[in-house]
Amino acid sequence: MSSNKNPINLKLKVWRQTGEQSEGQFKTYDAPQVSPDASFLEMLDYVNEGLVKKGEEPIVFDHDCREGICGSCGFMIDGNAHGPQKGTTVCQLHMRHFEDGQTLTLEPWRAKAFPVIKDLMVDRTAMDRIIKAGGYISANTGGAPDANAVPIPKPDADEAFMSATCIGCGACVASCKNASAALFTSAKITHLSLLPQGQVERDQRALDMVTQMDAEGFGACTSTGTCSASCPKEISLINIAKMNREYLRASLNKKEEVGGGDMA
Amino acid sequence: MSNKLDSKIPSGSVDSKWTNHKFNMKLVNPANKRKHTVIVVGTGLAGASAAASMGELGYKVKAFCVHESPRRAHSVAAQGGINAAKNYQNDGDSVYRLFYDTVKGGDFRAREANVYRLAEVSVNIIDQAVAQGVPLAREYGGLLSNRSFGGAQVSRTFYARGQTGQQLLLGAYSGMMRQADAGTVDLYTRREMLDLVVIDGKARGIIVRNLLTGEIESHEADAVVLASGGYSNVFYLSTNAMACAVTAAWRAHKKGAYFANPCYTQIHPTCIPVHGENQSKLTLMSESLRNDGRVWVSKIKGDKRHPDQIPESDRDYYLERIYPSFGNLAPRDVSSRQAKFRVDEGHGVNGEEAVYLDFRDSIQRLGEDKIAERYGNLFQMYDKITGENPYKQPMKIYPAPHYTMGGLWVDYNLESTIPGLFVAGEANFSDHGANRLGASALMQGLADGYFVLPYTIGNYLANNKTEKVSTTHDAFKAAANDTQQQIDKMMKQKGSRTVESIHKELGRVMWDNCGMSRNKEGLTSAIAKIQKLREEFNNNITIPGAAKGVNPELEKAGRVADYIELGELMCRDALVREESCGGHFREEHQDNGEAKRDDENFCHVAAWEWNGSADKAQTRHVEELKFENVKLATRSYK
Repeated sequence: MSSNKNPINLKLKVWRQTGEQSEGQFKTYDAPQVSPDASFLEMLDYVNEGLVKKGEEPIVFDHDCREGICGSCGFMIDGNAHGPQKGTTVCQLHMRHFEDGQTLTLEPWRAKAFPVIKDLMVDRTAMDRIIKAGGYISANTGGAPDANAVPIPKPDADEAFMSATCIGCGACVASCKNASAALFTSAKITHLSLLPQGQVERDQRALDMVTQMDAEGFGACTSTGTCSASCPKEISLINIAKMNREYLRASLNKKEEVGGGDMA
Repeated sequence: MSNKLDSKIPSGSVDSKWTNHKFNMKLVNPANKRKHTVIVVGTGLAGASAAASMGELGYKVKAFCVHESPRRAHSVAAQGGINAAKNYQNDGDSVYRLFYDTVKGGDFRAREANVYRLAEVSVNIIDQAVAQGVPLAREYGGLLSNRSFGGAQVSRTFYARGQTGQQLLLGAYSGMMRQADAGTVDLYTRREMLDLVVIDGKARGIIVRNLLTGEIESHEADAVVLASGGYSNVFYLSTNAMACAVTAAWRAHKKGAYFANPCYTQIHPTCIPVHGENQSKLTLMSESLRNDGRVWVSKIKGDKRHPDQIPESDRDYYLERIYPSFGNLAPRDVSSRQAKFRVDEGHGVNGEEAVYLDFRDSIQRLGEDKIAERYGNLFQMYDKITGENPYKQPMKIYPAPHYTMGGLWVDYNLESTIPGLFVAGEANFSDHGANRLGASALMQGLADGYFVLPYTIGNYLANNKTEKVSTTHDAFKAAANDTQQQIDKMMKQKGSRTVESIHKELGRVMWDNCGMSRNKEGLTSAIAKIQKLREEFNNNITIPGAAKGVNPELEKAGRVADYIELGELMCRDALVREESCGGHFREEHQDNGEAKRDDENFCHVAAWEWNGSADKAQTRHVEELKFENVKLATRSYK
């Protein structure tokens, strides 16, 4: 923890791009008199407020809860997803970790499956489509048995929880040289496959989610581990190994589809 | 009493109302459900659970959110837990006790019948969440674990470490995505509702701005659900996310939906104190921390000593002293007020706006590991924000705006004063009275979405023959036109004030005069200041960029415009309510710092009717509250 208490002055090299199809470029801005207690996004707010006063368009970035849980924010700071602090989203990154006079380069997540919308804002809806393909347990409202009817061993519940803490920010994709979404996808597959409720759809879920992940244009995983290292929730690489096992298991178990039967 | 405010509470004893009502409501035949379209605005716990459940039933659902993904709705940030009357701990809990605690916790300003139903369905919510794979905390035997929350003497709060909201939301979201996969739910993300369309007196659709293209779009339906959250951002600094807005609810209000009890706001006692002028939001430290943390200040005014240097004899554990039976788990309104009193008396940490929340004793008792297991991510978040390690020194905390009990008025069916417009979750006013108990917001959002709306909307559709309407109808054209004009008017001003600066100024006025304590003089002056601010906003703001395409400043401007109008109404509501109850503390009405209700004159809901223009005073309607089960009494936690 730095003990820096005085305001600092920074230079920002920021990627500006007006739309998906337009050409982008870096522009340089001053961020003067930044309080070390401010968050990184508050520092950007301050720069933006200055731009707005001058009638210029502010730097666009996604953000919302500013508590590190909604998964909205995220961009590269000097090539690091969410910046230099481990296990921290950019909204929880505070300026006391930077030095006076530093120049910082801010770029959007770069991945084929995440087209740039504007400046630092990208389209991550591909991740929603992976969930839509099977990242759920089919349990209609109303028919659930008592919550304590099926005890779940604490180690399983805790491990499922750890996988479920993924906030879907996309840092894993952005920091992967192949732009793979393996960590994101595997965290959900692992979470649900560990629970007794998740067993019925276990195989189909793994097959469907992996197929969708590939269809979205994410790259293949080559196990470099950058994803986990840059994950603000520190989701473990073990999830990917588990996904591979789940996928293999599901492929081997896959039954020939029975068609044409009369359901009546 | 106004005829329009018919609460439609079913007859019978409180514990039989919902069961009887469910049987008496009309049903929509399964084959007809797909012919009905239901719009859901907001995809937090209430919206996502409603969309999922109605999709499962076979309705055609259109779900809207301002975020890129529905999973980012602000319910995601709820930390501590969700209440349910399971009595798994065998500590004397029951549906009736949860009902009683909630009515009392709300300082007798909520509708008994609604609260009872909430307590009743609370048990089903936990079952539903577990069935979906929500990883709630468990004991070594594999059964679910509970913790305690404020205002209760039983342990009925279920949790997933410090991120219960995210886990429950991912459950509801996955249910909704499953329906999207099945084709019953269509998702419209990055869309902001800017108007409600009313045809023949019924809600028939919405106007939204596509936040990516800037296009104004019209969407028709047979019923509309607003699950658009609360309005704490009227204070500028709050624990709410940046995009949290009153806009959807306020635009519906302007189309005829009454707004109830706007002055009931919750100031949460345990938040990280403000650090400086350029701060954008405040961060909550979960109430669950008060299970193991002790709140104290120095007995010496302006004490500048390091907390380690302040001996036990100089510490005032004021919640334990004043409220021995609830101690550190006194409810939020009471705890916040006491923190303010200590700071006003000069006992704040270093003379500043902060008190201590100290884990020293519980770390000694349970060990650091146990505390880390319970609150690890909260401690980490505190460390990241403040640069201080709460395992080594006490947290500094102070109250901050967090939740709003007021909202659009709804009847027992969660239907507003506009037929066909239903309101769920924090956006409605119905269940928490003048103060919400901790871990009850998640419960209410999911109760409304999973277990109430699917029934009551079916009943509405079965009872009302809704003619097909198209978005080419004049009412849609007029609403879309008005919306576009409002946007153009804001874009054209090219004045000198940023929207942000006006929002900040509004927040300061609201916090100083309509925050933790209120008085006649302050409220009156606040109204005048807000009116001036509205003038300023209408004539002197600047928004760069264009109305087409992504424009965050334009989005913000629309929201601030509504906050300004709402702020005035909050002050007016607080001014008329000449009593103190729950979070509404009028300095003129107190018993030594405790809220003093006036049941003779104010045992009612105040619901405000828009009269066509912000320059015209709104009309105050009244719904009397009857307490047939829980006896009206002075609320005491001593």
